[in-house]
Amino acid sequence: MGFKMTETGGIDPDTWNRWHVVGCHDELPDDGARATRLLGRAITVERRGSGAEVRLTGGGALPVKVAYGYVWSSLGTPGPLFELPEHAEADRRNLNGCSFFVRTSPPRAIENFLDMAHFPFVHTGILGEEAHPDVKDYDVAISTDGREVVASNCHFYQPKAAAASTGGVDVTYRYRVPHPWCAILYKDSPAKPGRSDVIALFVQPCGEEEIVANLALFILDDDTPLPALRRFQQQIFVQDKPILENQMPRRLPLYPRADSPVRADKASIAYRRWLRQLGTSFGVLS
Amino acid sequence: MIALHDYDLSAEGYAVRLFLALLGLDYRLLPVEFYPAREHEGEEFRALSPMASLPVLVDGDLVLTEVAGILSYLAARHGGADWYPAGDAAQLGRIGDGLALSARLAATAGAVRLADGMMLPLDGAAARAEAKRLLRVIDERLWFGEAAGDDWLCPGPRPSIADIACFPHIVLAEEGDIPLIDYPAIRRWLDRVRRLPGFVVMPGVFGA
Repeated sequence: MGFKMTETGGIDPDTWNRWHVVGCHDELPDDGARATRLLGRAITVERRGSGAEVRLTGGGALPVKVAYGYVWSSLGTPGPLFELPEHAEADRRNLNGCSFFVRTSPPRAIENFLDMAHFPFVHTGILGEEAHPDVKDYDVAISTDGREVVASNCHFYQPKAAAASTGGVDVTYRYRVPHPWCAILYKDSPAKPGRSDVIALFVQPCGEEEIVANLALFILDDDTPLPALRRFQQQIFVQDKPILENQMPRRLPLYPRADSPVRADKASIAYRRWLRQLGTSFGVLS
Repeated sequence: MIALHDYDLSAEGYAVRLFLALLGLDYRLLPVEFYPAREHEGEEFRALSPMASLPVLVDGDLVLTEVAGILSYLAARHGGADWYPAGDAAQLGRIGDGLALSARLAATAGAVRLADGMMLPLDGAAARAEAKRLLRVIDERLWFGEAAGDDWLCPGPRPSIADIACFPHIVLAEEGDIPLIDYPAIRRWLDRVRRLPGFVVMPGVFGA
């Protein structure tokens, strides 16, 4: 029996059958359900103790999972969610850095998250500075099982790499993209040398050109107060928002020769190739 | 020293930060988390700002909680004749009109920007429609002003606090899905504000 795209309103099977983030569990209202959207459908998300209930508006219950501090749901029959073992490490602080609605497609947000070249120009004085614009060569690969894109050995000079930073440093980055709309960044911890802070972008695909971007932090920082951690992430994300909203077309072009990529875009090239392998058609132009 | 209780992403707060920078004044920033914690609605902050409005400027015993009052005070106290034309009743009246206009922008373009990004309840379509009506009026005013040799919201050779109060809501309007491409005179005026000596940005605003 084949997968019938007509039953999914034209949504590709990989997207239809994945878990997608639909909200930060801690930030759900105490009373009643929150209305939002998933893959173009109106849904409601309600906290139920440590669990949650997700329903199509005026319709049936959808699959639910609470993981990594967020509520996940699916319109189809989801398999396992990707692993994020750092979430369970006892000495980390896990929090939602920020959630913002953005008029862009899910893959545009992921591509921006993977792009180091914009740091000096968009996040001037924080994640980069114009005197150090070079993206040094790094490694990128689609894992042998085809389940994620990994970029490693990324080095970048950052004036203020984290809320706890006291000065500029050469930071080492590693990225995992274990889900078409989720990317995880491993970044040198200023507080614990030799270990990494983990910052994840979990994108809720409200529609093909509408998302909620959730920045999740799993960090080694016992000292910075919660509001200061959130403030740092909000400032950075709000710098990205107008860039994302002005990228045209809003859907990510996957057709051949859509862009002329340069070496710094290796991660993006691999990401686009991976989306083609998955058969993703949601939020892209192919 | 002046203290400013403020939220980084507040357009009103940015108007005050921008004016403090243009005046070259030092101040102490005390962050208040508007989103998601809604710290401005808490008891502690309401003791300072009963309407829960942001930003709040504290200078000695003086506490000011609205952007119009804050900018007026700073202009009169530190701006000299350039920013506070004390003897020009008509110009003071026009500046007062411009400050009221900034409040209309805050209630429309400003509100839809916050509601959109932070997923707060609002009739976005109505707010956008009213914001566009205001922007059309402002664009025409600026266009005719340019034709008469005036660069700013109020006639005269220099910008006023009316420009400073309106600028943040207009420059950030696209975050609320209000495209500025339809307002050419406004776009030229935004660039003129960006070129003022001492201009500073906020997240979401880029320099000249």
